[in-house]
Amino acid sequence: MVETRLIDVTGLQSLLDALVARGYRVLGPTVRGGAVVNAEITEVADLPRGWGDDQEPGRYRLRPRDDEALFGFAAGAQSAKPVFFPTDELLWRGRRTAGGSGFEAQSAESAQAAQGGGVEEHGEDGPDTRPTALLGVRSCDLSAVGIHDTVLTGRGFTDAHYAQRREGAFVIAVACSDPGGTCFCVSMGTGPRPEQGRGAPFDLSLTELLAPEHRFVVEVGSERGGALLDEIGATAAARGDLAAADAVTEQAAQRMGRRLDTDGIRDLLYASIDSPRWDDVASRCLACTNCTMVCPTCFCTTVEDVSDLSGESAERHRVWDSCFTADFSYIHGGTVRESTRSRYRQWMTHKLASWHDQFGSSGCVGCGRCVTWCPAGIDITEEAAALRGVPGSNLPTPTSPPTPASE
Amino acid sequence: MTAVAGAGSRAAPRGDPFVPRPFVVRRHRQDTRDTWTLVLEPADGATMPFAAGQFTMMQAFGAGEAPISISGDPARPEVLEHTIRNVGAVTRALVHAGPGTELGIRGPFGTGWEVSSGRGGDVVFVAGGIGLAPLRPAILEVCADRASYGRVLLLYGARTPEDILFGDDLRRWAADHAVDVQVTVDNGQHAWQGRVGLVTQLVDRGGFDAVNTLALVCGPEVMMRYAAMALRARGVAPARLRLSMERNMKCGVGLCGHCQLREYFLCVDGPVLTYDVLEPLMSRAEL
Amino acid sequence: MQTITDYLPQHPFFAGLPEPVVALVAGCAVNVHFRPGQHLFHEGEPADTFYVIRHGRVSLEVRAPAGSPVVVDSAHADDVVGWSWLVPPHRWLFDARATEETSAIAFDGACLRDKCDTDPAVGYALLQRVVQVMSTRLQSARIRLLDVYGAPV
Repeated sequence: MVETRLIDVTGLQSLLDALVARGYRVLGPTVRGGAVVNAEITEVADLPRGWGDDQEPGRYRLRPRDDEALFGFAAGAQSAKPVFFPTDELLWRGRRTAGGSGFEAQSAESAQAAQGGGVEEHGEDGPDTRPTALLGVRSCDLSAVGIHDTVLTGRGFTDAHYAQRREGAFVIAVACSDPGGTCFCVSMGTGPRPEQGRGAPFDLSLTELLAPEHRFVVEVGSERGGALLDEIGATAAARGDLAAADAVTEQAAQRMGRRLDTDGIRDLLYASIDSPRWDDVASRCLACTNCTMVCPTCFCTTVEDVSDLSGESAERHRVWDSCFTADFSYIHGGTVRESTRSRYRQWMTHKLASWHDQFGSSGCVGCGRCVTWCPAGIDITEEAAALRGVPGSNLPTPTSPPTPASE
Repeated sequence: MTAVAGAGSRAAPRGDPFVPRPFVVRRHRQDTRDTWTLVLEPADGATMPFAAGQFTMMQAFGAGEAPISISGDPARPEVLEHTIRNVGAVTRALVHAGPGTELGIRGPFGTGWEVSSGRGGDVVFVAGGIGLAPLRPAILEVCADRASYGRVLLLYGARTPEDILFGDDLRRWAADHAVDVQVTVDNGQHAWQGRVGLVTQLVDRGGFDAVNTLALVCGPEVMMRYAAMALRARGVAPARLRLSMERNMKCGVGLCGHCQLREYFLCVDGPVLTYDVLEPLMSRAEL
Repeated sequence: MQTITDYLPQHPFFAGLPEPVVALVAGCAVNVHFRPGQHLFHEGEPADTFYVIRHGRVSLEVRAPAGSPVVVDSAHADDVVGWSWLVPPHRWLFDARATEETSAIAFDGACLRDKCDTDPAVGYALLQRVVQVMSTRLQSARIRLLDVYGAPV
């Protein structure tokens, strides 16, 4: 039996206060630089109140809403990925010993511990060791976190840095009420409503209701989540509130901006290895790597070695990488994937096909970010439909009239 | 779920897989004009057991890291032997690391040859260039248990007679362990008394019972493709034909994504994979 | 003493040919022997012989103005040497030099061509086998052209 509660906007503030009081660094959506991004927040006023967004291939614009919704926008510019899987991670530090012929290397944990800190990022007053509470995780992104849990901690070798960040994190999901023009979580079976057992677990999941009063139905996903609600005096949700919450996500599900036919998608991609469509997409793709940077599941990294001028000490960092670069597939003799055609094929085949073989799920959660943030407006749902040879199968559902891709 | 299965048994690295362990160079030998062999011992004294065919990530402090196959004897885990070709900045620093120098080692990583699964039948090693180095541990394994195998052939192609690796080993394996060692070169000088031609021609004529043969192939990918075709034409089953693949390996533990060949992470699912898996993947460019 | 007709079916080049065909072509053949260093033929000379190697080793070489000749191919027991006897203008394109004691069977090229012309079935059977040899050597040459083991050092 799912346990549900009800809080109002004041209650949401109490929730934030209680998390801060428990020592969490609370990250949540806020407006910066004309986009919704995740940043440290302490107050409800930090949230994007009254902001929605317009998202189309190659286009993202904030749009003022005619209501006071705090979560009335679709997928923000970044997912939860950078929170748990930072763009730059120190792997180890080392220094030369024994007159230069030897060396010592310390793992990031012990190197940090020697300086009195953990592996969290450095604030102005030294390393920030607070555990993270992440507010506003959408259902698609919750699935993406679940995928990262599998990729980075569920196999032979574990990414200890990621595991440590995930372990202490408090996750507050939010159901989508107003999906964007590039959203297709329904196609990928990842949304729009966060469900326990689908994707990473959440502690609490909010559904925002705007009328008659501004309030949130809260689904309790964990004991500590329930305890937190007890502490702030959250009441039980009435049957009418639950029905209203259901209606929010049911309507959202009907308003997906995009659709992707996943039937036999793995075999379709494998069979499309020689498709002329790759040449077509390559003529538009800039190989800029944007899609891989905003993708909540892309996990490829490279390493960078940094040494001081004397060469006495060195650090190794792991940084995000992208299969769209020439260096990515470099071996002695040259680059394996020299053409943009082959790089796009690799990315899309990995997302929709080989991911199934590797991790038992799709690598795409339908968040639409790769479509929105592509400067050329390349649309993975359109490319998939083209490979299927069904022109127009990408047409948005009737309730969401098509918008020109370029303006 | 990881649906992709590797070839099986492997030795796993100790501790944090991202942090290199210091190994001291004990011996340093130049094999050919561009290839050196380093014999290393762990600075902390802890041995590093490995399976023939596995590799390590080797680094010279501050110079970066490169994947290098282990070329030593799996029965002697107390020393770590690497045969390295000088082809870039990292390998240049590695081959010039003289005795006493400490190098950083992560590993061992990847799948092994599992040559012991060929017991009771014939074994054909097909090597091209530096590809003999990753096969050497498996050949040593066979030589140590020679009676368990039928005919054993080493078919080895090199660029020129001067590029032939492990000359002493080749003579010893032939003389003491009844290995049919056949060497061919791409270009022979006037004085060269051996074969000139492609290594696949040795496969065509090799004296082995194809239906009861385990074939292990290592070399440049182009050479491996044609060697595999020649072995298939002789009748070696695709599942009994193993190749060691090279792709960009950065982490060694299947986390960085670089070495993917469609669904395979070659650093953990490979580098050794069977031809039934590889054939469709090797037939396309830029995969 | 084994006759040429007895021996030929044991050689991979002739293995599987109908007995009458082997007997027919054996009429064009004689046993030959080369000492190390002795040439089978030289580049540019009329190509009137087809060699079937029984034992030994033969280098196919290209001479350059300076330095030693480069060995571009080698032939060994069970190999054959030479197809220029079949291809106009019937001139050798390389030097062939024995580097070991080498015994071979030498076929008269004109005699073979005559047999092939007279009986196209014999000609086709022989041609198929020659093409197989050419194909193998062409593949070997093409792949070696890539210099796959080569070093950009």
